[in-house]
Amino acid sequence: MSEAWLPLAYLVAAVLFILGIRNLSSPRSAPLGNAMAAAGMAIAVIATLLARDVVSYGFVIAGIVVGGAIGTVLALRIQMTAMPQMVALLNGFGGGASGLVASAELLRYVRTDQTPDAVVSVAMVLGALIGTLTFTGSLVAFAKLQELMRGAPITYPLQRSANALMGLGAVALCVLVALEPSETTLYAGLVALAALLGVLLVIPIGGADMPVVISLLNSYSGLAACATGFVLGNSGLVISGSLVGAAGIILTKLMCDAMNRSLTNVLFGAFGQVAAGAVGAAAEGRTVKAYTAEDAAVILSNARHAVVVPGYGLAVAQAQHATRELADALEERGCKVQFAIHPVAGRMPGHMNVLLAEADVPYDKLVEMDQINPQFPETDVTLVLGANDVVNPAARSDTSSPIYGMPILDVDRSRQVMVVKRSLNPGFAGIDNPLFYLDNTMMVFGDAKETVLKIIESLRAL
Amino acid sequence: MLADPTVALTIFVLSLFVGIEVISKVPPLLHTPLMSGANAISGITIVGAILAAGHADRTWSSWLGFAAIVFATVNVVGGFLVTDRMLGMFKRKRDGS
Repeated sequence: MSEAWLPLAYLVAAVLFILGIRNLSSPRSAPLGNAMAAAGMAIAVIATLLARDVVSYGFVIAGIVVGGAIGTVLALRIQMTAMPQMVALLNGFGGGASGLVASAELLRYVRTDQTPDAVVSVAMVLGALIGTLTFTGSLVAFAKLQELMRGAPITYPLQRSANALMGLGAVALCVLVALEPSETTLYAGLVALAALLGVLLVIPIGGADMPVVISLLNSYSGLAACATGFVLGNSGLVISGSLVGAAGIILTKLMCDAMNRSLTNVLFGAFGQVAAGAVGAAAEGRTVKAYTAEDAAVILSNARHAVVVPGYGLAVAQAQHATRELADALEERGCKVQFAIHPVAGRMPGHMNVLLAEADVPYDKLVEMDQINPQFPETDVTLVLGANDVVNPAARSDTSSPIYGMPILDVDRSRQVMVVKRSLNPGFAGIDNPLFYLDNTMMVFGDAKETVLKIIESLRAL
Repeated sequence: MLADPTVALTIFVLSLFVGIEVISKVPPLLHTPLMSGANAISGITIVGAILAAGHADRTWSSWLGFAAIVFATVNVVGGFLVTDRMLGMFKRKRDGS
């Protein structure tokens, strides 16, 4: 039986993946795109099951049933606020699977006394290294996001030197194993070191930088799949893996740009150290104007155009639905309401859009930073809910600020700014925000959800 | 399947370019579903896992292959389902209420 059709099936799958991602370019065609990609995966899996190499189905079917059940439960149960953890976990599983396949292949070569050619050897060690590292790194990212462990950077003396040394050690082991694949002890050492490296590389990174880490791990899981493709000489894996690798790279770059930081800085420069110098310059004799929710309602009731700036604090307070009700109440009064979304508004790229979509905010009201910024001068009221650093004008003007140069939402240019905040405590990065002291800024102190509900109540009573 | 490694390398590099081209067109609005969807696609490694577990022998390789299938299937099934769930939430106008 010739199996010329097998690579063709993989090609069809790869084409469906590409078309699937292309359909993600608009929210209307996106569900179809996702379905196309899923169909591509089904074709690849079924074709593989029918392949001549697969003669033992027990393990295969059992694995698919177990994995499918876990995946289904996870996908249906997960809260939208927990999506970053979910993606981190799925990334980890993908990377882990690639690492395991590399190991299984190596053992098979050893047992059958075959020597893999150079390309296969290199791909095998890379698959093991990247896959294992992605697995443990993703689990740490998951634990941090799920608050199973402290989100703050974990640092200790000589951390960077120790990591660099271990990185070099891993590379050296890679070379040794690639040269002598039959040395399974060396190989086990490589896997152990990769697992350790994954943990050590992620623990010094703070919670606010997680969007970058998740994007990068996403890229790694793709590259690990690619390496598996080289090991098996399977073009389908190579194509799909590099697609995912590219997606991760692009999103990583976008996230870094949105924070005006280099990837090296995010990965190796724990943020706390940079921000430490800036906190001293806080409020010297400046005053804020504190108002009540009732005052806020009066001002909002006269607005013709309002912009809401949601930050992660909004999600923490579970205020998405209340905020949508406020938008409804304002629209009933003939006010145009838009939501300004900063690229790092959530804990992963695009996270805030999902949270608001879940609260039934139509997506045409969700406006990206570059589109909304020119509109602020014509905005009557901008309502900042749980956002801080992304609306800090110091990023534009104060060269000494640690966030100087970071692209921000120019909310201070709107006629009236309303900031709902628990207290004047500085944000995650510990940086003072001059926005709070501006003449056109009114502060409403309180929990985001309670305050928004009070504003709605007062609005209805007017 | 791929006798010549340079062919695989060529495919790899060209696919990276295709990926960058296609993915740059996805708006920030959909970056989270893009990430979870791409994630599911990286579960393609399930193909390798099936091949590793599907050999007739019951050895360490098969057990590793079994674990790999479980991991990869969680990745694939979880990824596509959760992406679909998210995309279902993006609506243009409110229907009903």
